[in-house]
Amino acid sequence: MNIDIEDISRSFGGVPALHPVSLSIPSGAMVALLGPSGSGKTTLLRILAGLERPDFGRVLLDGRDATAVPVRQRRVGFVFQSYALFRHMTVAENIAYGLRARPRAERPPRAEIARRVARYLDLIRLPDMGARYPSQLSGGQRQRVALARALASEPQMLLLDEPFGALDARVRRELRAGLREIHDATGLTTVFVTHDQDEALSLADRVVVMSMGRIEQIGAPDDIRHRPATPFVRDFVTSDPV
Amino acid sequence: MSDAAAIHPPAVPGAGQSCSGAITEPRGWRIALTATAVALAGVLLLAPLAIVFAEALRGGAAAALAALTQPDALSAIRLTLLVAAIAVPLNAVTGIAAAWAIARFDFRGKALLISLIDLPFSVSPVVAGLALILLYGANGVFGAWLVAHDLRIVFALPGIVLATLFITFPFVARELIPVMTEQGSSEEEAALTLGASGWHMFRTVTLPNIRWALIYGVLLCNARAMGEFGAVAVISGKIRGQTATMPIMIEMLYNEYLSAAAFAMAALLAALALVTLALKSLLEWRHADDLAASRRH
Repeated sequence: MNIDIEDISRSFGGVPALHPVSLSIPSGAMVALLGPSGSGKTTLLRILAGLERPDFGRVLLDGRDATAVPVRQRRVGFVFQSYALFRHMTVAENIAYGLRARPRAERPPRAEIARRVARYLDLIRLPDMGARYPSQLSGGQRQRVALARALASEPQMLLLDEPFGALDARVRRELRAGLREIHDATGLTTVFVTHDQDEALSLADRVVVMSMGRIEQIGAPDDIRHRPATPFVRDFVTSDPV
Repeated sequence: MSDAAAIHPPAVPGAGQSCSGAITEPRGWRIALTATAVALAGVLLLAPLAIVFAEALRGGAAAALAALTQPDALSAIRLTLLVAAIAVPLNAVTGIAAAWAIARFDFRGKALLISLIDLPFSVSPVVAGLALILLYGANGVFGAWLVAHDLRIVFALPGIVLATLFITFPFVARELIPVMTEQGSSEEEAALTLGASGWHMFRTVTLPNIRWALIYGVLLCNARAMGEFGAVAVISGKIRGQTATMPIMIEMLYNEYLSAAAFAMAALLAALALVTLALKSLLEWRHADDLAASRRH
């Protein structure tokens, strides 16, 4: 799905979080929104998901204006920073949630839902964890369940908010590779938010560097690394290598 | 009055360790302190309750039963249960709505709303009853209109329900606000991104996450709704057999030196409250694992 962001701006209580920003994301791309905290990257992601309304500007999905489409009809797979797994449901119930929430006419039969849950449990390499509760999983396992839950509802795009933020370095590297594999296998347009330049540059096709609610540079990882467009990008990308 | 707050004392970091850790009293002190606490609880809380039951049964169970099956007594019991049956569900729904608004949204007047929810705890129930009479009584603000339309609120069931609603309003909301604030809204947002409608989200995510706080709030609300005296005494007019609830009936019987009947009714009211408490403990015990799991997360 092509995503076009046209002059989106948003402020919270008079404080601007996003100055008008524009961005085009081609179908099937994997894009990182990279920036320090307070750069507006999460706000932009939430506007894409429909969890937040822009003050001005439009979001076009495959050329159609989707700015006013409510979140539940946007068909986005959203992975929250804290995963936001349903704590009173098992892993299998979490993954099945999106399919079960559909209106009766579009809901797959029970056996089909079970089959799909099993398939996604295999995909995230947790085939025997369906009966566990989120509190019984490790951080990395929770993250994978959150990803499976987002994918199982058959979204048109995948949005991830600091997907690896709370994990240790080894697990993070593993899951990064896993996310790239899943992206390449499904072909879903994927946008993820991160403050970790190494993660953005190693994982994404295109990196959008943001600061203070503005886009500083859009480019391939190599462009960002070798041809920084602004002093901010140069400082942010070269400092603090992980 | 602050019973809702006393159930869940604010979590002070390190409060758990301080009992067993650095600050440890000598053994003798600990025994003395514990004994004092138990003795005080016994004298202040348990003894009055025990006396009520002892007095109620002094003339024998048959006499107590006979007192409770008098027509006026039966009317009081029915009225009390009816008022609770109306007020508790209403306050559960409005309590959820208020807690939701406060925990999920930022809006102008939020601080005012929070203070308003606490108002019934700080205003004397008698004052609340008087205020309702000033609003709905024959000479009150809405009095003329109500008389013209032949609606009776004061000295009738609607007045008693209104007074009970006012008094018991905070219980559910006060239990829910901290729980909903702490849990945040990301699970609800996740449900929406997965395509759930607002109602489906509420039923499958919000409600299960707040169910324990909601049950506590409803049980406390129910106990108070059945036991409220001051506000109801003012607005009900204390018409025996018509607007006298159980607490009012107890006072009237006692003032008429019918202490056996008064104690029988008091014992029944206390028993209803104890059933509520027992129910709460039973739930806590049966679902201890569940509670621990949801807190650990």
